[in-house]
Amino acid sequence: MLNVSLSPHVHSGNSTQKCMLQVIIALLPALAWSFYQFGTGALIVTLSSVAFCVLFEILITRFLLHTPTTLGDLSAVVTGILLAFNVPSNLPLWIIAIGALVAIGVGKMAFGGLGANIFNPALVGRVFLLIAYPVQMTTWPTQAGYADVETGATPLALLKQYANGADVQLPEVMDCLVGSTGGSLGEVSAIALLLGGVYLLVRKTITWHIPVSVLVSAFVFGWLFFGFNCTVAVEELLCGGMMLGAIYMATDYVSSPMNPRSQLIYGLCIGFLAILIRRFGAYPEGMSFAILIMNAFTPLLNKYVKPQRFGVVKK
Amino acid sequence: MNVILIALIALGAIGLLGSLLLYVVAKQFFVFEDPRVGQVEELLPGANCGGCGFPGCHGMADACVKAKDADNSLGSLLCPVGGSETMGKVADVLGLEAGAAEPKLAVVRCNGNICARPKVALYDGAKSCAVASATFSGETACAFGCLGLGDCVKACQFDAIRMNTETGLPEVDEEKCVACGACAKACPKFVIEIRKKSAMAKAPAAKRVWVSCINKDKGAAARKACANACIGCGKCQKVCKFEAITVEGNVAFIDNEKCKACGMCVSECPTGAIHATAPVMAVVEKLKAKKEAEKKAAAEAAAAAKAAETPKTEA
Amino acid sequence: MKTFKLGGVHPAANKLSDKAPIEVAAVPAMVAIPMAQNLGAPSKAIVAKGDKVKVGTVIGEPGGFLSSFVHSSVSGTVDKVDLVEDATGKKVPAVFIKVEGDEWEESIDRSKDIVREIKLEKQAIIDRVKACGIVGMGGATFPTQVKLTPPPTAKPECVIINAVECEPYLTSDHSLMLAHAEEICIGVQILEKAMGVSKAYIGIEANKPDAIKLMTETAKNGFPEIEIVPLKLKYPQGGEKQLINAVIGKEVPSGGLPIATGALVQNVGTAFAVYEAVQKNKPLIERIVTVTGKSVKKPSNFLARLGVPVADLIAAAGGVPEDTGKIISGGPMMGKAMPDTNSYMVKGCSGILVMKNEEARRKEASPCIRCAKCVHACPMGLQPNFLSKYSELGMLDEAEAERIYDCIECGSCQFSCPANRPLLDWIRQGKPKVMGILRARAAAAAEAKKAAEAAAAEKK
Repeated sequence: MLNVSLSPHVHSGNSTQKCMLQVIIALLPALAWSFYQFGTGALIVTLSSVAFCVLFEILITRFLLHTPTTLGDLSAVVTGILLAFNVPSNLPLWIIAIGALVAIGVGKMAFGGLGANIFNPALVGRVFLLIAYPVQMTTWPTQAGYADVETGATPLALLKQYANGADVQLPEVMDCLVGSTGGSLGEVSAIALLLGGVYLLVRKTITWHIPVSVLVSAFVFGWLFFGFNCTVAVEELLCGGMMLGAIYMATDYVSSPMNPRSQLIYGLCIGFLAILIRRFGAYPEGMSFAILIMNAFTPLLNKYVKPQRFGVVKK
Repeated sequence: MNVILIALIALGAIGLLGSLLLYVVAKQFFVFEDPRVGQVEELLPGANCGGCGFPGCHGMADACVKAKDADNSLGSLLCPVGGSETMGKVADVLGLEAGAAEPKLAVVRCNGNICARPKVALYDGAKSCAVASATFSGETACAFGCLGLGDCVKACQFDAIRMNTETGLPEVDEEKCVACGACAKACPKFVIEIRKKSAMAKAPAAKRVWVSCINKDKGAAARKACANACIGCGKCQKVCKFEAITVEGNVAFIDNEKCKACGMCVSECPTGAIHATAPVMAVVEKLKAKKEAEKKAAAEAAAAAKAAETPKTEA
Repeated sequence: MKTFKLGGVHPAANKLSDKAPIEVAAVPAMVAIPMAQNLGAPSKAIVAKGDKVKVGTVIGEPGGFLSSFVHSSVSGTVDKVDLVEDATGKKVPAVFIKVEGDEWEESIDRSKDIVREIKLEKQAIIDRVKACGIVGMGGATFPTQVKLTPPPTAKPECVIINAVECEPYLTSDHSLMLAHAEEICIGVQILEKAMGVSKAYIGIEANKPDAIKLMTETAKNGFPEIEIVPLKLKYPQGGEKQLINAVIGKEVPSGGLPIATGALVQNVGTAFAVYEAVQKNKPLIERIVTVTGKSVKKPSNFLARLGVPVADLIAAAGGVPEDTGKIISGGPMMGKAMPDTNSYMVKGCSGILVMKNEEARRKEASPCIRCAKCVHACPMGLQPNFLSKYSELGMLDEAEAERIYDCIECGSCQFSCPANRPLLDWIRQGKPKVMGILRARAAAAAEAKKAAEAAAAEKK
């Protein structure tokens, strides 16, 4: 018996699972660096975060929603890794569990699962933890190990002090690029994150619009707000969650706008907001908030910013 | 003390300003609406099903009031959900006499179940009858029958039509169906018809007879495609005493204005394409038994002459 | 290398039959020539049972303005006029002819000589094209004479020949170019003359280097105004609007005719058919059809008479393989799936594609993850995800605001959707509804204008 359907009869073979797998692969260099920098702590936190996210996804689909499991799309794994990348490498497991529950339960499933969530689930979890457990979330270890490690100020705090006129020793650009500074476990190595970003671009998992616009806007506003100093502006890009956010979090399919034009606007706004918060906000890091704020504007951007049309002449 | 006073004054001022604003807006943007529209709308069921042909109950109420003002009658306006009872109340409110409308319901005019209608191709498109109908003539050799993808079920606001997974055909729940016609409109094959619930309005149980097939193919082709098809043989037409049956385009149709639900056609149909409700079927059984007995008697008494005709009706 | 500006996808080309020469398909004992072979109104059969016909005898007359003549592709006796299935299983009237010998109408020049000199004048060319029943051979089957008579406001500047063949698998245009390069160039000149222009482009995608080379060489020898334009590989380059954009850089305005850019686009097969009609007086009775597929024993290009059973053609290419899951009339991106092989060759059938079971079924659709791959793939700059949703939910106003009427149904969105959503299935539901609303609105506006004018006239 023959199958009948409308055209097209062929498919690219791409799938949600494959897209998520690409993101996971792209995150591996950063994870590897993190392991080198922070030791087993990085692995423990990442693996447990993934495990908790997967566990909560199974529990929620089975016992609350009574729908078939959606693990196959691997989105819970991506959320788990991204959540872990956004926390210090010595975070206690129970806090990670809470973060995973908020990320999966509140950030994703409460909206109706993958595709329906308004906010990036990993960021919802991260920001919840940041507000609920500010101490644990902002004591970043500077060296390898899981428990009882020395902690220190992050480069972002130094940059802020510099902008406020304090006489501080600025971090080395090279250190920020490679990632031998303190910070959340996945965000420290800009070069590893960029490597993954290039991979995603080559595999066409993401387009350049969001990462480039975020970074360009962050650079420009960083230069403006942080004393017209190019080195500082570059370090604003390399330090903190800027790279991780621009390449992996802001480009989250579900919570970002859908056409090149709106993606550019979205990216520019994220860069601006992140720098604004870093410079004038209470927190030294503004990337998560910037992305979450712009997530809320995504439906609006989708509605009012139309793509470049074919055959429509501007008047 | 001072603080409390300031707070009181401030809040009071805000409250005053707000109320003033509300008052001005209410006056400025007041839209006059005939109060009768509201009264009528309260009588309507409020399901906003659109069965009346207006967008929701408010539209219907508006139409009722306009019809009354225009030509002092409700004309053909009917709320299929509330039926004549509701329309009577509406007429009361508007000071009119309501015309009595007979209860109706949706009837599925296809009996091409999975056993009777073998598949010749597989449909592989979006799960919608409308899409399937635009794609090709259907999974079976019958190009007229039910496609079985449940657009009618999706269209029903009253949960009155369900897919029977054993037959692959929709079934109407007589109790719940309000004859709003949404399913009939949703069906791309026009399989569903809104018919009178009963041939005799006063009968205790619904007596209703209908041809459960709309296949316009020639007899042989229709029969080949579906064992339950109407083959347009016209026997029912001959046997009907009320001229209720017409055979047009190789398919019989029973006019439910003329049909008296006597059951003669049902007993005569060689393919079982004519369906009837239980009370009629009881009569049909008797008719069939009588016929059987007559046939036996005839076979016993005489032989060849009449025998030539009977096998045909049996086939 | 040139290409169109927005969107596009890269399906695997799978040109399995691009080395296969053109074979003449056998004429069966009985052909059935469908009367619905063109876009628009079907033709009316003008023969009856028992009539004797020759190859080239008119058997169907246009059924309206947008319709065309149909000719007998064989000689013999009309057996009956009855309904047959078209590619999608829909019943259409067809003339059954019992084949007896191979006698052609005398007016047809059957010699092999290539006739260079174009003797007919502009209107005579268009009349001949109409009389020979020529339609767009790329698959759209738009009657060619209608396209050659643009509205008087149009200013034709050039002819663009569509030899892109961006559909995967299909090689009928490719093989035609390799076999009949010179005839095609003459056909192009005829089209130029009919349109009153003196510039022509032939757009060929870069995966046909042999055709590009041959056509360029042929054009050099006596066709100076014909320019061969190699195009970068990208689907849907063969779409009329995309091809114009790729070749001359202009955009067909939304809602307007392609001729508004000054370009007349014709398929390369049409150019060849026009050559045969004008220079040889041969009506459209046969065409090249690719029979292909990964499981097909001998992927081939056949020169097949119209009305030959599709089943015969597949048999000639080695028969229907056992694990066949889908058979498509046309290419895999825009072709129509056939419920069975009971249909017959028609003018618009450029290929028959046999797909294996494992290629045939679509994967289960999952929720949209708003990845925007469809938006990036759309060559018209639309947002297919929204269009599909709006169509599914019957939100026609929103669909109109998102310009659903601009959709060319190329399928790039659905091809690239990682969630396997049937985007185009739904868009095809909403598009005609919105077009209907637009037409009704335009008609109402015209009516109102008329009424206002009449009222104004009365006042005077």
